[in-house]
Amino acid sequence: MTFTLVQVIVGGLLLGAVYALFSSGLTLVWGMMNVVNFAHGDFVMLGMYVAFVVYTLLGGGPLVGAPLAMLLLATLGVIVYFALIRDIMKGPMLAQILGTFGLALLLRYSVFWWFGANFLSLPENLVGGTFDIFGIRIQASRLLAGVVALLVTLGLHLLLTRTTLGSRMLAVAEDATAAQLMGIRPDSMQAVAWAIAAGATGLAGALIATFFYIVPTVGETLGIVAFVTVSLGGFGSVPGALVAGLLIGVIESLSGYLIGAVYKDIVVYALFLGFLWFRPQGLMGKT
Amino acid sequence: MRRYVWLLIALALVIAYPLVFTTPFQQRLGALVLLYAIAASAWNIVGGYAGQVSVGHVVFFGCGAYAAMAAYAHFALSPLIGIPAGIVFAVLIAAVIGGPTLRLSGHYFSMATIAVAELARLIVTNTEYLGAAVGLSGPTVPRNVFDLSFISALPYYYLFLLILIITLGITWWMTNSRMGFYLRAIKDSERAARSLGAPASRTKLYAYMLSAGLTSVAGALYAMMFGFVDPESGLGILISVKILIMAALGGAGLLFGPFVGAAILVPLEEISNSLLGGKGAGLTFVVYGAIIVLIARFQPGGILSLINRLWAKRRAGPIEEKVAEGASHAS
Repeated sequence: MTFTLVQVIVGGLLLGAVYALFSSGLTLVWGMMNVVNFAHGDFVMLGMYVAFVVYTLLGGGPLVGAPLAMLLLATLGVIVYFALIRDIMKGPMLAQILGTFGLALLLRYSVFWWFGANFLSLPENLVGGTFDIFGIRIQASRLLAGVVALLVTLGLHLLLTRTTLGSRMLAVAEDATAAQLMGIRPDSMQAVAWAIAAGATGLAGALIATFFYIVPTVGETLGIVAFVTVSLGGFGSVPGALVAGLLIGVIESLSGYLIGAVYKDIVVYALFLGFLWFRPQGLMGKT
Repeated sequence: MRRYVWLLIALALVIAYPLVFTTPFQQRLGALVLLYAIAASAWNIVGGYAGQVSVGHVVFFGCGAYAAMAAYAHFALSPLIGIPAGIVFAVLIAAVIGGPTLRLSGHYFSMATIAVAELARLIVTNTEYLGAAVGLSGPTVPRNVFDLSFISALPYYYLFLLILIITLGITWWMTNSRMGFYLRAIKDSERAARSLGAPASRTKLYAYMLSAGLTSVAGALYAMMFGFVDPESGLGILISVKILIMAALGGAGLLFGPFVGAAILVPLEEISNSLLGGKGAGLTFVVYGAIIVLIARFQPGGILSLINRLWAKRRAGPIEEKVAEGASHAS
């Protein structure tokens, strides 16, 4: 019993690290330019499909698939920024929400049209076997995904707080006009933020593709997970997203194990609403 | 005055449509346009006039649809009896969601509405009383006229037209009441409106509740016409999306915007579905997505506001042109 429970918690933490990785992209963009990307979950979905194509059709492993998904999605992020976001972020709220929501539909149903609505999954042994640590069984694919996601999220935090690029981005987030007067181009910094945010989703998608179900509408669920994570962690905070992501991974796994798999999404959504209502600044956010 | 003449001509055309286009497909298409126009016009009250973008309006649609079908399935009553019950549920849910979230900025409201819609769908899918994943059915053979179960789409057409006129009438009345002025002030600048004493949160909440009640009527009518409701057709997020897109394409915050949007998109979807078959469903939403992105990027005011602007330009002299342009930017 306790072993199973520990196993469930460890599984939750590993999945939670991936949640944290793609949610930190959402929180970065939101914190920096006050734009909520309603297509964020669908970016993760695209990452999964890129990985799927690489793993199955092109015969490459995660070592090829993950960086490629990251790169392609980062490129998409930059394109989306220049073609759409840059203009709608100055417009009315309706335009912002419609713009990214329309993008979500466009991506989701293009994939649906191309690949069909069927659930796809990759062979179990793509990333070899299971580990046995003190009697706790962990799939190698989940371990790889969790550890890589954790490291990249921490790296992202360091990038934002310890490098010149990070300082520039934070300066733009604080006050774009003032930053411009200091010789920082808000446009490029915001494009970089979109590249990082979308790249994170691509990597996350490629990582979970090895053990998650792959379906065009998966982005809807993952998008809500990202919203929950960001609202729990506080908007604009990468460490907040990390803690919240891990927490949500564990809550989801535990409620799936204790109450039933059907109810795990219900628990997460209800948690989200509870937080929006009672503590909209998140766990670690300032009032 | 000229405005009313145009309005009467448009009304006459809408009344005459099913008498001119008499095939079942055309009449059904007309009824669907009116049905979606009702739902999109109801959305317009909160999404257009109040500027609060609800992406979860399907919850209210579902309230009406499920109430109408449950009235028949569990109590053997006419689905019509379910309409008031659906309205009550929808308004209550709107009050519960809107109370806390409408105080926050717009994004939170949109996200909360998505989460509520998905939550409702998951809960209903696991509730035996509401038919779980299979759904509820209406009367297969009508017992009397109050079952509102007709083979022809013609009775539905005129029923929906009546409800649409009532919905637009309520919207028009609202925009010219104190509430309408508050909403316009709040949409322009909530902070300024608050500082002048407009009760912003309460007004937005009232708009949301009104919109919810009307949307539930659309849901009930939908369920009656199709004779059943299941989690996908009554609570699927894509219904919210359709409603929202129709209003935005036609012109959010304009009285006839949602109707124009529905009159464009419903035929587009029906025709693409009938031409492309099952594969078309995916492609339809690709096109929907592209349309929304393009509206958001180039014409956030929708088609009707573009027409209004061109119209004003044509009629105005060179000086007034600037004024008209300024006014349409402000609205």
